[in-house]
Amino acid sequence: MKAIISVIGVDKVGIIAKVSNALYEMGINIEDISQTIMQDRVFTMTMMIGDTDDTSMKTLNEKMQSIAKEMNVDIRLQQEDIFLSMHRI
Amino acid sequence: MLNNQEILQTIHMISEQNLDIRTITMHLSLFECISDNAEVTANNVYKKLMEKASNLPQVAEDIHNKYGIGIANKRLSVSPISLIGASSGGYIQIAEAMDRAAKEIGIDFIGGYTALIQKGMTKQEKEFLYTIPKVLSITDRVCASVNVGSSKCGINMDAIKIMGEIVKKTAYLTKDNGCIGCAKLVVFCNAVDDNPFMAGSFNGVSQGDCVINVGVSGPGVVKNAIEQIKGEDCSVLAQTIMNTTFKITRAAELVGKEASKMLNGEFGIIDLSLAPTPIHNDSVGEVLEAMGLSCVGTHGTTACLAMLNDAVKKGGTMASSHIGGLSGAFIPVSEDIGIINAVRTGHISLDKLEAMTSVCSVGLDMIAIPGSTTATTISAMIADEAAIGMINNKTTAVRVIPVYGKEEGEVNFGGLLGFAPIMPVNKGNAYEFINRGGKIPAPIHSFKN
Repeated sequence: MKAIISVIGVDKVGIIAKVSNALYEMGINIEDISQTIMQDRVFTMTMMIGDTDDTSMKTLNEKMQSIAKEMNVDIRLQQEDIFLSMHRI
Repeated sequence: MLNNQEILQTIHMISEQNLDIRTITMHLSLFECISDNAEVTANNVYKKLMEKASNLPQVAEDIHNKYGIGIANKRLSVSPISLIGASSGGYIQIAEAMDRAAKEIGIDFIGGYTALIQKGMTKQEKEFLYTIPKVLSITDRVCASVNVGSSKCGINMDAIKIMGEIVKKTAYLTKDNGCIGCAKLVVFCNAVDDNPFMAGSFNGVSQGDCVINVGVSGPGVVKNAIEQIKGEDCSVLAQTIMNTTFKITRAAELVGKEASKMLNGEFGIIDLSLAPTPIHNDSVGEVLEAMGLSCVGTHGTTACLAMLNDAVKKGGTMASSHIGGLSGAFIPVSEDIGIINAVRTGHISLDKLEAMTSVCSVGLDMIAIPGSTTATTISAMIADEAAIGMINNKTTAVRVIPVYGKEEGEVNFGGLLGFAPIMPVNKGNAYEFINRGGKIPAPIHSFKN
């Protein structure tokens, strides 16, 4: 099952590096990535990642929340289905 | 491939506009639990609830972790206890078993302390009605509902007369706790079998053994969408509401299917209802104001609500073939900050709320009234709502709280039940009318004018 990582917060050096590194350590592939910096230096990044089961989701989410705390940004990890159900017929 | 904007829209709906799955409700049939011994029946009920529903909170948490959407409530709903306890007469023991199971499992409400007496009632059902005040005072999580009318059967005025007294007695027995018992008692006309929302949820006799019904809300999401189209005409407004509720429903369908699989139950329905909570940006009153009203309750409110309710239903039915329950907009006074403020400022009256109930889901809901209001006046309020439901082929209900010993001021029910200013009632009375009893015949279903 594919999942989406989203990061929202004030831009700072190393956000993508830290997220990517955590994925690399778990052997999870990044399939697509998109980022924008809006006004007021608000950084948004969405990343589609490869197959994850419930167990790896849990471990990965713990790592993401640890990065979120360290970088003072919001990070969400959600299965792709929630977005597909709302935006695709 | 999803684009950035779509992903962020969903995230904003969840994080800023209070989109959540309002409830996952497991509906269970209890007919196999019936015995002619009260203790045995209660024990059977307890065992079945524990066996089927023990992992409900865990499933809700797993779904939250997986999809990142909150599940506000986990609930249970059972076959009408007036039927399950008829043979043994052990209604109160069954209610206690339900309450115990609910607490041990960790769910907030269990519905189904219910009687369906729209056409008439048996001796046992009459006895059952008189147990309601005690049950609501000795249990914490059991919810009761009584259906007193339908478009097919007419209105049972004998039952309505009793229910006025039951509401008063329930308020009295729970007077030390803000008359909270009345917040857990709904009197319906045209009650539906598959409603997952409390306090009026029960597992209809036509339902299967274990059915998962999901209630989804999102007044904040609809309000936000409406705010983006300020000044556009009503067609655009209706279309925007439909588009928004379509997306909300799709998220609920995903959750419903997943929950059913994990709970080993049948996926029943999605109840797409704009159900408010007492915080800003989660209010149906605020949605109506975003549509162009200076204050909910002013002239134009009924028209806005009619359009909102209809557009919500249309968006939902386009998104899923599992739409059911009540599906529309709720206007529970104590649970909606927009409506609470309108009562405080005198912009909305009981009469206006009654008019609003003719075009939206449910009825006079979570309204605090003076403690001195008589049982026959409460019965008359129920009769008025039942008449609106019966003639218009829709569900209506009354959930009023006569606040014992208080004539004005506010009462706080706590949590999602919110707080309500006491609203004045009409000073006349319907004493003679209510004491007539009998039945209001079913209406003609032709010559509609």
